[in-house]
Amino acid sequence: MKKFDITKHSLVPKHAKLSDKEKKQLLEKYNITLNELPKILANDPAIKDLGLKNGDVVKIERISKTAGEYEYYRGVVNA
Amino acid sequence: MDERFVYRKVKSIKFGIFSPKTIKELAVAKIVTPELYDKEGYPVDGGLMDIRLGVIDPGLTCKTDGQKLKESLGHFGYIELARPIIHINFVPVILTLLKGTCRECGRVLLQKQKMDTLKSELIVQEIEDGRAEKKGKIRDIVTLLKATNKCPHCKAKQLKITLEKPTTFMEGDKRLTPIEIRSRLEKVPDEDCEVFGIDPLSFRPEWAVLTVLLIPPVTMRPSITLESGERSEDDLTHKLGDIVRINQRLFENINAGAPEIIIEDLWDLLQYHITTFFDNEVAQLPPARHRSGQPLKTIASRIKSKEGRIRHNLAGKRTNFCARTVISPDPMISIDEVGVPMVIAMKLTVPERVTDWNMQHLKKFVERGHTKYPGSNYIIRPDGKKKKITDETKEQLLEEIQPGYTVERHLMDGDIAIFNRQPSLHRMSMMCHRVRVLPNKTFRLNPAVCIPYNADFDGDEMNLHVPQTEEARAEAQILMEVQTQLISPRYGLSIIGCVQDAISGNYMLTKFVTLTRNEAVDLLLSSKVTDLSRLPNKEHISGKEIFSVLLPEDFNFIGKSRGHTGNSEEDKKNDTIVLIKEGKLISGVMDKANLGDGSGLLLRTLHKQYGQQRTIEVLGKVFRLGIETLIKMGFSACLHDTDLSENARNKIYETLDAAYKDVDDFIKVFRDGRLEAFPGRSIAETLELKILERLNKARNETGSIVSKNANKASAALIMSDSGARGNPLNLAQIAGCVGQQAMRGKRIEKGYRHRTLSCFKKDDLSSAARGFIRSSFKHGLTPAEFFFASMTGRDSLMDTALRTPKSGYLYRRLANAMQDLKVEYDGTVRDANKKIVQFAYGEDNVDVSRSENGRLNVARLIEKVSE
Repeated sequence: MKKFDITKHSLVPKHAKLSDKEKKQLLEKYNITLNELPKILANDPAIKDLGLKNGDVVKIERISKTAGEYEYYRGVVNA
Repeated sequence: MDERFVYRKVKSIKFGIFSPKTIKELAVAKIVTPELYDKEGYPVDGGLMDIRLGVIDPGLTCKTDGQKLKESLGHFGYIELARPIIHINFVPVILTLLKGTCRECGRVLLQKQKMDTLKSELIVQEIEDGRAEKKGKIRDIVTLLKATNKCPHCKAKQLKITLEKPTTFMEGDKRLTPIEIRSRLEKVPDEDCEVFGIDPLSFRPEWAVLTVLLIPPVTMRPSITLESGERSEDDLTHKLGDIVRINQRLFENINAGAPEIIIEDLWDLLQYHITTFFDNEVAQLPPARHRSGQPLKTIASRIKSKEGRIRHNLAGKRTNFCARTVISPDPMISIDEVGVPMVIAMKLTVPERVTDWNMQHLKKFVERGHTKYPGSNYIIRPDGKKKKITDETKEQLLEEIQPGYTVERHLMDGDIAIFNRQPSLHRMSMMCHRVRVLPNKTFRLNPAVCIPYNADFDGDEMNLHVPQTEEARAEAQILMEVQTQLISPRYGLSIIGCVQDAISGNYMLTKFVTLTRNEAVDLLLSSKVTDLSRLPNKEHISGKEIFSVLLPEDFNFIGKSRGHTGNSEEDKKNDTIVLIKEGKLISGVMDKANLGDGSGLLLRTLHKQYGQQRTIEVLGKVFRLGIETLIKMGFSACLHDTDLSENARNKIYETLDAAYKDVDDFIKVFRDGRLEAFPGRSIAETLELKILERLNKARNETGSIVSKNANKASAALIMSDSGARGNPLNLAQIAGCVGQQAMRGKRIEKGYRHRTLSCFKKDDLSSAARGFIRSSFKHGLTPAEFFFASMTGRDSLMDTALRTPKSGYLYRRLANAMQDLKVEYDGTVRDANKKIVQFAYGEDNVDVSRSENGRLNVARLIEKVSE
């Protein structure tokens, strides 16, 4: 069986880890804790290979119908 | 009455079940007899209607609190059950407890250490993740326990326990009696309960098996006295009577030492009665019924489902001062008015407070009474007492009336009312209108507001509500008036526009018509336009000039009509470039793209520049102008609007013949095995696709032949071209060819074996045998064609009938799921827990209702800023 890298698929948006500094800025900007952030499972296929753990934040660059490009953030939680 | 209130904030609510001890403490009477009343009709002591439980008859006094009817809230009673009974609602809990604990020592089937760790994990989980996660964890523990078959404490072997629904528990092949079950549950220690998520203080496991039954107060099961003087008892009383009777029989039989089998039968019967007393809709039990056959409404059915207490009484609200009747159109009333029938206007009232300044005015209303419009129905004294105005009381009331009183006068022109049509799917389904009292018995509304209400006049009914306070009226006017709802928050364009005749009329006016000055003045005046100063002073006036009279003087606009191509030469020829300069329509025709709802920026721009009031005025005038144009010019669609020339007809036949021949060729190639399959398709599928494509093309060709050859000035074509009603496809089906009938995206295949109808050969794949209709509706269909048309007709009818409730429920779930999402001040969309759903509303932070079709007009914004 050929193995597919799903992150290369056109429908899977780019996921990237946020550095600690960026993470702090994000939480300060919206005045929130990690709890208020949308969640993503650590074993989600799209971020499985990034090696993330509980408490990390991923930045997702999505194509948006209304805004063109749109940045979304999700907090990683353990499965 | 002297009312004292204690204000406290509810911090938390905890649910539990009553212990037998609490039940006895709570109860004021022990019920021992199924009899209700003695010979005199007086409630029997120790019966179900015992007056210690409260009173439902006038004249009697409650023995417990000494209060009379409607004062005493009622009190609980109890009965001692001869044998324990399983409570139906706790069957699942009992089952998990039996399965998870030892049959000998009653401990949880877990090592002590393991249990302690699990317990602390549960506590942590509840604090961190909430109840739902804790429940999931408990479920996991329970499955683990079920697999254990040896007690780690006393080493006893565990037998398999099964539930025979609804209330029988089996251990192996032996039946467990409720007595045994209860004694086992008693053995479960308090600290072990917590593993199951049970708080032993409010829910001792053995309390789930009843030994005493709480009897609800008579006030929640009142009897009604029929006209014949007979008493009819509440369903709950009936059920309780059964319970008490069987319970007494069981007691007697046990005391008399009756055979075990009789006792068990009675025991099961008591179990049935008590189960149905709680819930008469248990899946495995036949519901208890009245003698007439209708099922009894017991406790659970009082609360549950749409007719239950919660959805019907608590979530469902009813109001006074409302009316409902059939609607009909009236384009001559303003868009923000609603026509109210006189009979309704004389029933609905508006309270008006009497002051020194309006007393004389209001006295006249009282004088006219409730029979003469505009009169009044009631007056309210300052102490809140309501008095009806009749011919007898009128004189006296007129004397009595003084400032501070309130007069409920009839509804009059200019009052405001909220108008609504169900299903109320968006906020435009409830709008505030000004009242216009009219003769006859239907609500009248301007056809332009049909679109937001999604109303038509095939028998639709609508509701009207009259706000009763100044505050409510102000709120309704500011937030809900039709003017404020012009721009849809869904797509940022006007949702109210011209429809039907108004579009055809304006299309004709701006495209073909030239009138004499007299005719033009006549037309404008009958459209209720009185300011004619802007009408050009010349002999002949074009339709565009007449239309321009309605526009604001300094209005500038560039837009497109329907059929705008972008090719400037063609557009010039077809007059599809809308150009308005200083309030004058220079070029372009007015059609659905400009005047219709949800299309074009004409209305949006008007709204932006001149505000809601002006827009609605212009819209009303334009609407009437269109209709008046049609009235003046005459407008009738008829069959020969679609007549074609001999030449055109022949062309259609040729097109169809060519398609038929191509299809036959495809089939021949297929039969010879020479057809090449498309990628990912079988040969048969490829053939189908090719045929479908070819026939579709042929139908489209006939369509364009019809459009090209039909008379452009005929009513049918005007309607289709302006977008008022009908489309070129409808015309093509009438004049050219109806086309392929498809079911599930395929040509028709069903019917007889190997063929669709018995008049075709087996395995006939030709066009006609698979539902292609080459005739036109005007020409008439062959029997086979008619049958095919009926097949798809039925199919689509079924489809709509099934889809409507489905999509309705889908919408309900969506609305319930999203109702507490909110845009916060930082621009994020968050739910009730302040968790982020979107980082920017709509991902682009645009408020659609302030945009133009969801986009911002940057050019104009810059212009505005630089001014």
